[in-house]
Amino acid sequence: MQKKTLTTLDGTAEDPIDEIGADPRVGHVTGSESQWQLIRRRFAKHRLAVISLWILCFFALVAVFADFISPNDPNDVQARYTYAPPQGINFIDKTEDGGWRIKPYVYGYDVEIEPEALRRVFVIDETDKIYLEFFKRSWEYNLFGIIPTDIHLIGTEKPRKPLFFFGADRLGRDMFSRLAYGTRISLSVGLVGVIMSLVLGVIIGGFAGYFGGFFDAATQRVIEFLRSLPTIPLWMGLAAAMPSSWSPLQVYFAITLILSLLGWTELARVVRGRFLALKGEDYVAAARYDGCSHTRVILRHMVPSFTSHIITAASLAVPAMILAETALSFLGLGLQAPVISWGVLLQEAQNIRTLATAPWLLLPGLAIVIAVLAMNFVGDGLRDAADPYSH
Amino acid sequence: MTENTQMNDANDTVLEVRGLSVDFPSRHGAVPAIQNVSFDLRLGQTTCFVGESGSGKSVTARAVMNIVEPAVIRSGAINLVDLKAGQKLELAGLDPDGVEIRAVRGARIAMIFQEPMSSLSPVHTIGEQIIEAILLHQDVDAAEARDIAIEALRDVKISDPELAVDKYPFEYSGGMRQRAMIAMALGCKPDILIADEPTTALDVTTQAEILRLLRGLQESRRMAMMFITHDMGVVAEIADQVVVMLHGNVVESGDVDSLFYAPKHAYTKKLLKAALGLNHAAARSRTSEDTEALIQTRNLSLTFSGGSRKKGAGIKALDQVSVDLHRGEILGIVGESGSGKTTLARVLMGRFQPQSGEATYKTRAGKTVDLTNAASFRDRQVYRELRMIFQDPYGSLNPRMTIEQIIGEPLLVNGIAKGEALRKRVGALLERVGLPASMMERYPHAFSGGQRQRIGIARAIALEPQVIIADEATSALDGSIRAQILDLLLDLRDELGLSILFIAHDIGVVRYFCDRVAVMHKGQVVETGTAIQICDDPQEPYTQRLISAVPVPDPRKRHLTTATATR
Repeated sequence: MQKKTLTTLDGTAEDPIDEIGADPRVGHVTGSESQWQLIRRRFAKHRLAVISLWILCFFALVAVFADFISPNDPNDVQARYTYAPPQGINFIDKTEDGGWRIKPYVYGYDVEIEPEALRRVFVIDETDKIYLEFFKRSWEYNLFGIIPTDIHLIGTEKPRKPLFFFGADRLGRDMFSRLAYGTRISLSVGLVGVIMSLVLGVIIGGFAGYFGGFFDAATQRVIEFLRSLPTIPLWMGLAAAMPSSWSPLQVYFAITLILSLLGWTELARVVRGRFLALKGEDYVAAARYDGCSHTRVILRHMVPSFTSHIITAASLAVPAMILAETALSFLGLGLQAPVISWGVLLQEAQNIRTLATAPWLLLPGLAIVIAVLAMNFVGDGLRDAADPYSH
Repeated sequence: MTENTQMNDANDTVLEVRGLSVDFPSRHGAVPAIQNVSFDLRLGQTTCFVGESGSGKSVTARAVMNIVEPAVIRSGAINLVDLKAGQKLELAGLDPDGVEIRAVRGARIAMIFQEPMSSLSPVHTIGEQIIEAILLHQDVDAAEARDIAIEALRDVKISDPELAVDKYPFEYSGGMRQRAMIAMALGCKPDILIADEPTTALDVTTQAEILRLLRGLQESRRMAMMFITHDMGVVAEIADQVVVMLHGNVVESGDVDSLFYAPKHAYTKKLLKAALGLNHAAARSRTSEDTEALIQTRNLSLTFSGGSRKKGAGIKALDQVSVDLHRGEILGIVGESGSGKTTLARVLMGRFQPQSGEATYKTRAGKTVDLTNAASFRDRQVYRELRMIFQDPYGSLNPRMTIEQIIGEPLLVNGIAKGEALRKRVGALLERVGLPASMMERYPHAFSGGQRQRIGIARAIALEPQVIIADEATSALDGSIRAQILDLLLDLRDELGLSILFIAHDIGVVRYFCDRVAVMHKGQVVETGTAIQICDDPQEPYTQRLISAVPVPDPRKRHLTTATATR
C-alpha cells in the first residue's frame, strides 16, 4: 500500500533494502517459533537433562501404576520369607530334552540352618523353577483408586509361590512392591508440597514485587526470619505437635503442609525478583500505557515471561521436599507405617546388623539418589533453556 | 600530512590482514561472521572501520587480537610487522591461549572498548588496573610501574593524576573512565591501538574531548589506530583511511577524502546520504501555524530523594521546566544524559509526580487534564490520546507475544476491535509502518532493530492518538535506518495530524526532524527556539558548546580534532 515510499531528503524514493541486498550470512528465519518452542529445542540439546527427564517419566509411571506392577501386596507378611534375598530373573529356560525356549522364571528358596550361628539361611533351589506370567490375577486393588481389579503386570504361574525381585524385609514383605508404593508417596509429597509452596510463593512474592512498599519490606523480613530457623528442629517440633490420633492420610497432608511452610520462602524470593526486574521493562510500561489494568499487566504481560523461571525453580524445589520428607520419616517423625514412603522404608535399614545381613534394604536410598539427581539435572536443563541470554 | 604518510607508507605498514574469514559455529553449520577481509594498518594513521551493527567490524577487531571465541578463524593471515627488527609475526595461526599471542596483546596491540564502566573492574582502583597491565608486559618494579601509570594518566589529561590514580572507577565520570581505559591501553606503548566504538556510549561533548585526545595521542606517538564506529561524522573527524563493511565483507576502502567525495559502492553512498541528510535537512515545509498548546508545563520541578534520610540531598531532575507542545508540531527536547529529558517524558506519562509546577494536556474533547495528578491517568482516555515510543527496540516488545498480540493489545483492552476485525486493523497498521501484514504471526526476536521500532510505532498509532512522546526513539538505530524511521514519523505526522514530543541527545536528528527545540541542561530548559535557529545560531553558551561538539560528516571541515592535529 505504501504509496509514499520512504522519501529521502532530495525527494527521490528509494528502497535501501533492495539497493544493498539482504544480509547473505543470515539464513532463513521464520520467527514464528514461540518462546516455548525455543525453550524445548534448547532443552533437547542438554543430553543429561533429557535422559534425566526419561528417568523421571519412568518414576512417575511407577508411582501411578504402583499397585499394578507390584506382584505382592506390600503389606502382606510372609513370615516364611523373612530377609529373603533378591531373586534373579532368568529368561532362557533349558528344557529337559536339551532344547531351550524363552520363558522368564525365578528359582525358589530352600531354607537351611547354618550350624555354627544357628541362623536361617536362604539358598537358591535350582530345581524349583517358578515360571512368571504377565497380567496374572492376584490380590485385589483399585486401579487409579477407582477401578476394582486384581490383574497385575507380573505374577507366578502357580499361586502362593515366592516372588521377591528386590528381596524381602524383616517381616517377609516384598521390597519391590514396597519400593513402588514408596515412590508413589514420596513423589507425591514432593509434588504436592511444591505446589502448595508455589501458590504461597507466587501470591506473596508477586504482591511484594509488583507493589513494593511496606508489604514488600514486611514479607522480606518474615522470609528472612523463617529462613534463619534451623529446619530439622522446627520440623521435629511441628511433627511432634501432631495428634497421634490422626489417620495416616491426615498425617500425610500435615507433613506436606509443614514442608511447604518453609519451602515457599525460596520461591517467593524468586518470584519477587522476577517481578522487580520485569517492572522496569519497557514493554510492561507499554502495557500500562495501552490501558491495561494491573491484573491484565500481571497475568498477560508479566507472568508468561517468567513461567519458565517458576517451573525451573519449582523443579529444583521438588528434590529438596523429597529429601526433607525422607529425613523426617527416617527420624520416625514423618509418615508412619502402614503408609510406605522411601523414608519409612529406610527406617528399616537403620542398624548395621540388618544391613550386613540384608543390604537390599538400602535400595530405597538408591531410588532417592537417582530421583533427586534426575530432578536436579532436569531443573538445570530447564534453567539453561529458559534463559534467553544463554548460548 | 596525508602526502607525508603516503610517501613512506611502504615501510610504515605495521599490520597486514589478508583474506581473513571468521565463522560462528551454529546448529545449522558454520555461519560466516566476516569473509575475505583484507586491510593494512600504518603507523601514524587512523583507519576507521564503518558499517552498521552486525556488519562484522568488532569481529574483525577481535580477530586481529586472535580473541574471537566462540567463533573460529577459518582462513586468512594477520601479519604483525616488527618494523625495527624487520620481522613478521603471523597471528591468525597462533594458539589463542598461547604465550606468543599473549605477549602481543596489550603490549603491541592494545584495545579500548565501548562501555567504559563494564570494562573496568569496580573493586580495584584505576591505578591498580593500569599497573597490572604494565607489570604484565614490562620489566619494571611496582614503584616504577606506578610512576608510569601516573604518567599515562597525565597523558590522557586527567587532572591531578597523583590523586586520581588511587580512585575507584565509580568516582570517575564516563569520559574520565574512557580516558583511564585509554591510559591503560597505552601503558605499554603499543604500536597498534584498537578502539571499538569508544565514544558511542558518551555524550556528544565528551565524545569530542575523547576524539581530540585520541587523535593527539595517536599523532604524538605515531601509533596505528584501528577505530570502529558507525557514525560517519566521527569518521570524517578522525580517519585517515576508511574501510566500509557490509554483511561481513569489505565493500569499499580508501582514504577519507576520496571516500567522502567520490564514494564508489552504493552502500557507502547510502551511509553518506543518511549522515549528510541529517546534517543539511530542513527543506521541509513547516505546515502548522497553530499555536494552541496541547501539552503545557509551567515551572515543573521534581527532586529525587537520594539517600532518603538526608533532606535536600536529592537530585534535581527537573528544575522549573516550562515547555509547550503545539498542535501539529514536532518539539525536540535535547540534552546530554542526566539532563532530565527522560524524566520529563515520564512525568508527562504519569510515571512520576512532580513536587511543584503544572502540566496540562488538552484532550480532543477540549477538556484540560492535569498530568501532575496520578488520578487523571485512571481515565483511559488520556492514554488513548497520549502515546509513547520507547528507546530500546528490544526491551519494549514483549518477547512472549506475537506482533499481532502486541499491536492488538491497545485495541483489545480499549474495546475497539477484536477477533477478525482486530486482525485486519493490525494488518493495516503493519502495512502503514512499512512491514508486510503477513509478519503478524511472528515473535519480536525475528525482527531487526529498525523493524521492531516500526512495530513500536504501529502500536503507538493504533489508537489514533493526538500526541506521541518519543523517548530517544531512534538513538538505538544505525544511521540509514534512523533516517527511514524519522521519515516514517514525518509521514505519519502529516497523515494523522500528530504532535510529537521528540526526546533526543543527537542534535543532528533534531535539526532534521523537529520544528522547535528545547535544550535541557541539568534539569533546566536553557534555550528554546526553532530548530534552525537553535542549530545555526545558538544563543546560550551551553547550546553553543553542544552544537560545536557535533562531528560534521565532512573531512574537509574538521573542527574537533584540528586543534591538536597541528600541535
